[in-house]
Amino acid sequence: MSIPKVSIPADKEGVRLLSGNEAVARGAFEAGVRVASAYPGTPSTEILEELVRYEGVWAEWAPNEKVAVEVAIGASMAGVRALAAMKHVGVNVATDPIFTASYTGVGGGLVIVTADDPELHSSQNEQDNRHYAVAAKIPMLEPSDSSETKEYTRLAFELSERFDTPVFLRTTTRISHAKSVVRPGEPSGPPFPPGFKRDPAKWVMLPVNAKRRHAVVEERTRALRSFAETFEGNRIEWGDRSLGIVTAGVSYQYVKEAFPEASVLKIGLAYPLPERLIREFAAGVSRVVVVEELDPYLETHVRSLGIAAEGKERVPILGELDPRIVRQAVTGEAVPLRAPENLPPRPPNLCPGCPHRGLFFALKKLKVAVTGDIGCYTLAALPPLDSMDLCVCMGASIGAAHGFEKALGAEGPGKVVAVIGDSTFLHSGVTGLMNIVYNRGCGTVLLLDNSTTAMTGAQENPSTGKTLDGKPTHRLDLEALCRALGVEHVYVVDPHDIQKTEEVLRREVGRPEPSVVITRAPCVLLPEHRRGRKTRPTFEVAIDLCTGCKACAKFGCPAIEWAGETARINPLLCDGCNQCPPLCKFQAIRVREEKP
Amino acid sequence: MTAGRGDIFLAGVGGQGTLLASEVLGEAFLLSGYDVKKSEVHGMAQRGGAVTTHLRFGPKVYSPLIEPGKADLLISFEKIEGLRFAHYLRPGGALVVNVQEIYPPSVATGREPYPADALERLAAVTDRFFPVDALAAALSLREVRAVNMVMVGAGSRFLPLPEGAYVEALGKCLAERLVEVNVKAFRAGRALVQAEAGSSEKGGMRR
Repeated sequence: MSIPKVSIPADKEGVRLLSGNEAVARGAFEAGVRVASAYPGTPSTEILEELVRYEGVWAEWAPNEKVAVEVAIGASMAGVRALAAMKHVGVNVATDPIFTASYTGVGGGLVIVTADDPELHSSQNEQDNRHYAVAAKIPMLEPSDSSETKEYTRLAFELSERFDTPVFLRTTTRISHAKSVVRPGEPSGPPFPPGFKRDPAKWVMLPVNAKRRHAVVEERTRALRSFAETFEGNRIEWGDRSLGIVTAGVSYQYVKEAFPEASVLKIGLAYPLPERLIREFAAGVSRVVVVEELDPYLETHVRSLGIAAEGKERVPILGELDPRIVRQAVTGEAVPLRAPENLPPRPPNLCPGCPHRGLFFALKKLKVAVTGDIGCYTLAALPPLDSMDLCVCMGASIGAAHGFEKALGAEGPGKVVAVIGDSTFLHSGVTGLMNIVYNRGCGTVLLLDNSTTAMTGAQENPSTGKTLDGKPTHRLDLEALCRALGVEHVYVVDPHDIQKTEEVLRREVGRPEPSVVITRAPCVLLPEHRRGRKTRPTFEVAIDLCTGCKACAKFGCPAIEWAGETARINPLLCDGCNQCPPLCKFQAIRVREEKP
Repeated sequence: MTAGRGDIFLAGVGGQGTLLASEVLGEAFLLSGYDVKKSEVHGMAQRGGAVTTHLRFGPKVYSPLIEPGKADLLISFEKIEGLRFAHYLRPGGALVVNVQEIYPPSVATGREPYPADALERLAAVTDRFFPVDALAAALSLREVRAVNMVMVGAGSRFLPLPEGAYVEALGKCLAERLVEVNVKAFRAGRALVQAEAGSSEKGGMRR
């Protein structure tokens, strides 16, 4: 099923409740974006899922963020407006093209969205990507709600062309995934026709050209500094002069909530910063406090101007803020709150029927080190599966497994297994596997092929055979790819068959050569799998046969519940995956007679 | 803009449809002329973990997050999730809880019991505690996934909008074939809470 293109009309009277991500898409559409590329990553994923619905936009999933930015650069060079979107750590992957795109500048407007994740709701770190703007010398806009996000997205394209630079748009989770009121506008494309104008001195970054472009970048930054002083997104809201708060992004909203009377300097352009405006603000208030999430980015700059601002000695550097935290930080007075209840924690868990569960259950028995990767399967690090020893970044599992093996010398082979999902493998695991073969490793790589990019909500990737718009495309052959890299031993198993999976794993871990075991079963969230649930038998525990040994409970399936004396299977949750029946030595798990 | 403002906190377990519930509530307030902000997290947190939504309405809303201790209404789709986020409720706020028990991993694996006193502890949170059996209501409609709209209906008793606003919002948020059963679920939920009928006038929300 392909996603039908719809031209979403701008209802002039109507307003809509849009997330920040939807607002980025709307703003890009209104700005006439023609090409958009991204790799899915929370909290940025919905930008492209939304953009693909707009008429006239080519929107695609790239295998990784670096490719996404390169696609956008090429589109920009061809003279159209282009956008690449990614989560904060995605920018790490894409920095190579980004830093030099700063030198080439743009043809059509080029906007790079970085969606940061303070509080690590769904991330491996909480890096502050405002530093990238400084390091790459790329201006960065930072909106504070969905309406501003739409306007800033449009503005980002205009600034990009006006100053011949890529432009960062930085959001955070509470912008990306918060909904607020947006008034859609009319689309108005760039003020020039698309077209490629050949200019190697600008686009070919040989040292001789790049040296000249660096000077252009410095000149541009000076021009942007002047722009920052008059940009209306940087504004002073004078109020009570005894307290002046410098803030940006969603923190602005918390400040307005907690201190409606205070004077506020709201920063909309996070880089470069408006020095004159900051000085004017500081001179007009008796106390300056900088309220920002994560690093003391604004604070460092404000202090560098010789202003005695307060900041991170009061405002937490860890996690996200809210109005209460801001109030307490600024006043220094703790507000008493109801004590938290002592409760069983509820961490996220692999779904009932998840094909990864049985696999990790089998893997745990092998007693090897497990280098993991980024995806739903990272949840196998939690009890009761508790079967992962490392998770760093996209693709790291394979390189790390190789290093682990080499570190142990002759003892290394058979001591470590890398676990990586299909989408993550194609993102940045392929080179790691190439390295194992090239450097005579004998690592075992478990390639979890569930035919989707599951953690971010089931996106297509090159091995699913479909593009972002749902249309069929070439389906990458994972086995053939692994063999082409030089791996001779590539086997496919059904992870729902735990015994067979364990058998193959044992054999391959013991093999003194590189091997790849592809565990292939669709993600339970995919519609084709869910449809089967109506006809698939589900399971129940025969109480008279259950001895209460808890062998099944240790499996960690959300559908299996310990009922005090015996186990039971929740009929509302059981997916009928058939992984648990073999776990019971007493044959107490059997097909449920009646569907609930 | 209409006068009146309020903060609604929704808590539940990934998979229970709290996101859609908050969509409907948000849309209902938007359609009724309020400024609305709503915040939740997606991604890893959704995989059977505790999920929350902050929904705020008023003439002008700044923060997308509710300040702990200030929520006027806490709608919890599960008992211990209601307790987990009880500190968000303001003194005197209304607490509507689905009495369904969904075992977290430590309980499901037999490492600790499900808190047997959850209802008593919930009742101690506020005088305005309203337990409802949303699962039974949804099952009686033969649609287990409608638990979320039963909870929206129950929670709506404490909100200042007429029933029509929610029904209109349901029509906007759902595919046509799903509207009917969800409207039924909403009405079933609304009927589950009688005690404070008309409480929208009694000051369920800050004015």
